[in-house]
Amino acid sequence: MVMSNQEQERERKAEAHTPKTGADLLIEALIEENVETLFGYPGGAVLPIFDALYKKKHLFNQVLARHEQGSIHAAEGYARISGKPGVVISTSGPGATNLVTGITDAMIDSLPLVVFTGQVNQPVIGTDAFQEADIIGITTPITKHNYQVRKVSDLPRVIKEAFHIATTGRPGPVVIDIPKDVAANPCQDSYDNSFHLPGYQPTIKCNPLQVKKLKEAIQQATKPVILAGAGVQFAQASSELLEFAETHQIPVVNTLLGLGTFPGEHELSLGMGGMHGTYAANTALYDTDLLINIGARFDDRLTGNLDHFAPSALVAHIDIDPAEIGKNVNTHIPIVGDAKYALIEMKKQIKDSPTFKAWRDVCLSNKKEFPLWYNEPTEAMIGQWVIDKVFKATKGEAIVATDVGQHQMWSAQFYKFNKPNRWVTSGGLGTMGFGFPASIGAQLAKPNDLVVAIVGDGGFQMTLQELSILQERHLPIKIIIVNNQALGMVRQWQEAFYSQRYSESIFSIQPDFVKLAEAYEIKGVKIEDPHDFEKQLDELIAYDGPVLIDARVLQQENVYPMIPPGKGLNEMIGVKP
Amino acid sequence: MKRIITAKVKNRSGVLNRITGLLQRRQFNIESISVGRTEHEDNSRITFVVDVEDFQKLEQVTKQLNKQIDVIKVSDITDKAIVSRELALIKISSNAQLRTEIQGIIDPFRATIIDVSKDTMSVQVTGKQEKIEALIELLRPYGIKDIARTGITAFLRGQQPSNQEQTPFSLLN
Ligand SMILES: Cc1ncc(C[n+]2csc(CCOP(=O)(O)OP(=O)(O)O)c2C)c(N)n1
Repeated sequence: MVMSNQEQERERKAEAHTPKTGADLLIEALIEENVETLFGYPGGAVLPIFDALYKKKHLFNQVLARHEQGSIHAAEGYARISGKPGVVISTSGPGATNLVTGITDAMIDSLPLVVFTGQVNQPVIGTDAFQEADIIGITTPITKHNYQVRKVSDLPRVIKEAFHIATTGRPGPVVIDIPKDVAANPCQDSYDNSFHLPGYQPTIKCNPLQVKKLKEAIQQATKPVILAGAGVQFAQASSELLEFAETHQIPVVNTLLGLGTFPGEHELSLGMGGMHGTYAANTALYDTDLLINIGARFDDRLTGNLDHFAPSALVAHIDIDPAEIGKNVNTHIPIVGDAKYALIEMKKQIKDSPTFKAWRDVCLSNKKEFPLWYNEPTEAMIGQWVIDKVFKATKGEAIVATDVGQHQMWSAQFYKFNKPNRWVTSGGLGTMGFGFPASIGAQLAKPNDLVVAIVGDGGFQMTLQELSILQERHLPIKIIIVNNQALGMVRQWQEAFYSQRYSESIFSIQPDFVKLAEAYEIKGVKIEDPHDFEKQLDELIAYDGPVLIDARVLQQENVYPMIPPGKGLNEMIGVKP
Repeated sequence: MKRIITAKVKNRSGVLNRITGLLQRRQFNIESISVGRTEHEDNSRITFVVDVEDFQKLEQVTKQLNKQIDVIKVSDITDKAIVSRELALIKISSNAQLRTEIQGIIDPFRATIIDVSKDTMSVQVTGKQEKIEALIELLRPYGIKDIARTGITAFLRGQQPSNQEQTPFSLLN
């Protein structure tokens, strides 16, 4: 990507002769925002933008996915792991609509994205022109904000606003729709990009008086529990959380997306709460008299039936998004602000607390008494065991991206994350096809870290064309297909709640995944025997390059424990073998 | 319960779409909505009348509106000292003989006749919602052919009674 002096000279000359266009301004704005990695896919309406990019290609790491859905999930993985906004460029019409799933996913999981979509020329907007789609209309409910740029002079300001909005407060996706003529036409060299958003002033610093209320509540409490969500990660407040929990000896439950914000192997960690959470976590959430929610949004997969959620608790909720507070769960102590700031304020104000020893002991003995479990395999492998082995082989230090389904829940249960920023999964939307491309974004964000993509055989087939990127860049991602030859999670529900009528959930045929990997010049291995798996795993993980492991597992395994749909935290099934 | 909520918004394309879409998506019932420019050319004011079950739902409406980037300020002004008005145009069947009689009905409402044809007559009335409804009921026996209403628009009176606390409705902070 380095240019020779000659080339640079030629470029300078060319630039001096041609007037600047909107597309050039766009590229300049990206440079100003320190964007390095771009997930773009070209097409008619964005030809001017890709042409302008071509001239500056030495400044960007451009990643060409093979489907726009791959681009945007990769951008999400990149954003989740790097903490920086993921930037996507697509063409109008089908290019833009192919992004819709990813935009929705980023919205519900609060991932910062700036998405540029091409649009048809302004004179034909509204005439059903070739590749015209009303992407502003389509994305209004699934974006934190969106813009259609009508005047090139607005472009620099809009881009600056978009990055600001995407990355501050509660992060989220912002779409900028750019008609082709805005990008193509000559324009002035520069425009004012200063902005003022009177309607957008996120509250970062919480009100100390509210923290005082929390302090008083802690003095009164006998059974406090902390629920830590992804907000802790966005605020980079893990060490403050650890200190707070340790100081007061309060047990911690993590949400699915919050895994890693509190060390999974810490004594005070009760693991994940919710539908497939641990008995210790769900029982603590049920019995607690003071629930301290830090950066979690009380999703229904966490709470179960609301009538049985923390029924006797005083609820304190720290969230940067005031609209989350009181939305699902009645809240007594609302604290609006950044989690890190709130934890620092809590440390300042809350010096001592009663000892919660009796309660702590109950929680810890539940943890000991009712651990997550599976039956040790003898002949055939099972998903839980595979993930447990991967956890041990990677010493819990890998970046793990998953798809959606049983393997996702098993990963959440058996891969203990001791550090934040290691876990990439689609929580709110539950998007199959997310995991593998997201792992690519994660690897691009951390080129030197080990990245493992744990996927189901169903979801992997939704976006596997991105194997091309691994081939092209030799990204050393380790793909583990937990292959049960079924849409496992659907099969499980059909078994449990639809009298084993397996309607369209079992695959009668499958591709040869090893050959498929080889078609992309990627090392592929199929493993059926648990001993083989154990024998080969270390080597495969250490392999210098991408690997696809087709791990054949028993189809009949189910994810337990479970809160059945409509039931409460206290009504778990499958708690013991 | 019915609440009157006003929102000051930036005049940007799509802002109304974003807001009405939000209200529909989150299942808030809108009774009426009226929009227009304010004293500031960059801003518009939207007045909503919403029908919500309880205060928790009401708080969600205001918070979700507030969350929109182009929404500058949201207030629930129901319990404040406010002036609220609606304008209605009512077309009724009428003939030459009935005109004076109808005039007599609408006069106390300070409504005006704005159009007359051989067998219809159109009336314009402004005021509180109850007043408009009362007039419609009185005119109904003559045969209503058409009604167009603007929905309520409202703002705070110049002076708020001092005993009324100025806290905006929120459980927060
Ligand atoms: C795009 C999409 N379509 C459908 C679903 C519904 N769904 C949830 S889990 C699941 C099965 C996933 O099967 P697989 O990828 O093989 O993973 P497994 O559950 O077997 O681990 C399905 C179909 C979904 N979450 N996302």
